[in-house]
Amino acid sequence: MNKNFFQSSIKDSLFTGIVALALFGPIVGLRTVAVNEALVVQPKWLVVGLIVLVCTVGRFLINIYTFKKEQRRGEASSIGKSITNFLDTKGAQIALGAVIFSVIFPFMPFADRYWMDIAIMMMTYIMLGWGLNIVIGLAGLLDLGYVAFYAVGAYSYALFAIHFGWSFWICLPLAGLFAGLFGILLGFPVLRLRGDYLAIVTLAFGEMIRILLLNWYDLTKGPDGLTGIPRPSFFGLPFKRYPDEGVETFHTFFGLEYSPMQRIIFLYYLILILALITNFFTIKIRKLPVGRAWEALREDEIACKSLGVNPRNTKLTAFAVGAMFGGFAGSFFATRQAFISPESFTFIESAIIVAIVVLGGMGSQTGVVLSTIFLIGLIEVFRDFESYRMVAFGGAMVLIMVFRPKGILATRKPTITMRKEK
Amino acid sequence: MEYFLQQLINGLTLGSVYGLIAIGYTMVYGIIGMINFAHGDIFMVGAFVALISFILFALTSIALPIVLLLTLLIAMVFTACYGWTVEKLAYKPLRKSFRLAPLISALGMSIVLQNYVQAAQGARIKTLQPVIQGGFNFFEDSNFTVTLSYLQIFIVIVTIVLMAIFTLFITRTALGRAQRACEQDRTMTALMGINVDRTISMTFIIGSSLASVAGMMFVMYYGVIDFYIGFLAGIKAFTAAVLGGIGSIPGAMLGGLLIGLIETFWSGYISIEYKDIAAFSTLVIVLIFFPTGFLGKPDIEKV
Repeated sequence: MNKNFFQSSIKDSLFTGIVALALFGPIVGLRTVAVNEALVVQPKWLVVGLIVLVCTVGRFLINIYTFKKEQRRGEASSIGKSITNFLDTKGAQIALGAVIFSVIFPFMPFADRYWMDIAIMMMTYIMLGWGLNIVIGLAGLLDLGYVAFYAVGAYSYALFAIHFGWSFWICLPLAGLFAGLFGILLGFPVLRLRGDYLAIVTLAFGEMIRILLLNWYDLTKGPDGLTGIPRPSFFGLPFKRYPDEGVETFHTFFGLEYSPMQRIIFLYYLILILALITNFFTIKIRKLPVGRAWEALREDEIACKSLGVNPRNTKLTAFAVGAMFGGFAGSFFATRQAFISPESFTFIESAIIVAIVVLGGMGSQTGVVLSTIFLIGLIEVFRDFESYRMVAFGGAMVLIMVFRPKGILATRKPTITMRKEK
Repeated sequence: MEYFLQQLINGLTLGSVYGLIAIGYTMVYGIIGMINFAHGDIFMVGAFVALISFILFALTSIALPIVLLLTLLIAMVFTACYGWTVEKLAYKPLRKSFRLAPLISALGMSIVLQNYVQAAQGARIKTLQPVIQGGFNFFEDSNFTVTLSYLQIFIVIVTIVLMAIFTLFITRTALGRAQRACEQDRTMTALMGINVDRTISMTFIIGSSLASVAGMMFVMYYGVIDFYIGFLAGIKAFTAAVLGGIGSIPGAMLGGLLIGLIETFWSGYISIEYKDIAAFSTLVIVLIFFPTGFLGKPDIEKV
């Protein structure tokens, strides 16, 4: 190691320390606290000192480390490549294994209430991720307002179920249809916009829907939310300990002991089936003309136009189909929670779903599963540290973009090729 | 008439704040062609730094004009550090990546900044006692008194002064010239011996310091901030940038004023609950019907 380099890395780390002091000094070091209606500043210099120290030493170590191992660059991507290769060859078996595992999951010895809740939540996100993957991964449209369709699905399910008393299996397709219609309605004017403009406009639409839900009190009960959404029943058999007179319940029909877990397990299978339908649909539609047009449009819009693909209609179908699956997931959410309010449909939800799709590798169905497990797991592990967990979440987004901008599993291979490449 | 005048005054004040934030969006878009999604949160950090500085100065007995000047400088310096770091960490490594990568990274950065401030400063709203009080009253004998507060005058004057300095900087100095050159052609500029990385860093520093001034004015004007203010203000300022023509600096200021006016008139005459819808629908309408804005250049896609 030459001395010159050593000196410059010390200089560099000291500079880092100064920047860290400037960054964390005022915001972390001087916490404003309300005492008797007036704000006072509470110094926390010890924390700042620690952070600055960690930054300086860390930067110094990185300097030394990257200097020694200059050739190491690119190795990380080869790991990713080998994972991708592995999944390419063994993909079908692994997928089958994962499906079997998720089918028998509720009967695992460790699958108690807590694990089942997490599994249901993850499944919901996987389904949303798969739905959004059609829009982002296949059609290449960055939609930052996906939660709007989730909300439309949830609210239309809830309103149909409460006001008309229709059953889950009637409301579910209706909610999906409604969300899909919304997708067409919102998509129609905006889909000719370019990538990042489209992203901002969809974000604006997402927020508009939320504001509407918040203020349209007659229909949505505003911030109070909708309560008393009917729980789903097992083909007409409700999950209740004490049913109404003359109604047969799930546990009496099958001669089982009543347990609240039965409903949870049913919900789990419900979302599992919905998610698998989404996945199956995506895999199939990729091979159909419309799916191929999506992928072609993602790669080169101008070339598509010159080959006679109508970009607007093609994008619109992707948008509507994605929205429909969002709506399905939304109605599942409504029936599971039995209570919905605009609180559940904030921008951060959209951001989480986008993060799942993008970090998994746009267009990769397996990637969505992996990144859901990673990100939702991350949020779950940091559950006790309320706001730090979102810092970790955002940080993970930035880091993965910086180190693997194509996501964990990058598949941009076209689904169909003319001939085997030689 | 009196009511209209009052809304006009309020709208112009709010518009100055949006305009200052919008400049950051438009400059960054002009130079590296990305939407800096975290810019609204930089503005929020600026508001917090200004708040902390006001509280600290309230303990001393320094005269008000000096407090204002010092707070301005403190907010600018510390917030500029944030802008600089965000660019270095989250955007610079992605400069040659595909188009949506920096946007997603910016989204992540925005989540980080919001929750970091929430963790460090607490989730509760912060209230600041009014720093500048009083004002002029007009039409006192009619049934609606129009107030032009000293604070509003201060905000508009500071904005005008900053804009003048900033315009001089862009048009007259070597750095400003380098910045404009980078906007036109980065590779060519690099070949001419200009440090492109440094110029981009400078852009972020300037954009962030202007946003921090906006933050300082926001905390003085409303007296209430929390860690979430950056989201809405950011979208509105972005709307302003698009309305004025993204990439155009006078356009950003013009767009800011327009958005400020649209928002105040909408909440004054139509509906206060839906005031955010006004900004969002403006954004949608502008992007759909004239995406180049008032002073922007048309964006031609090349094969």
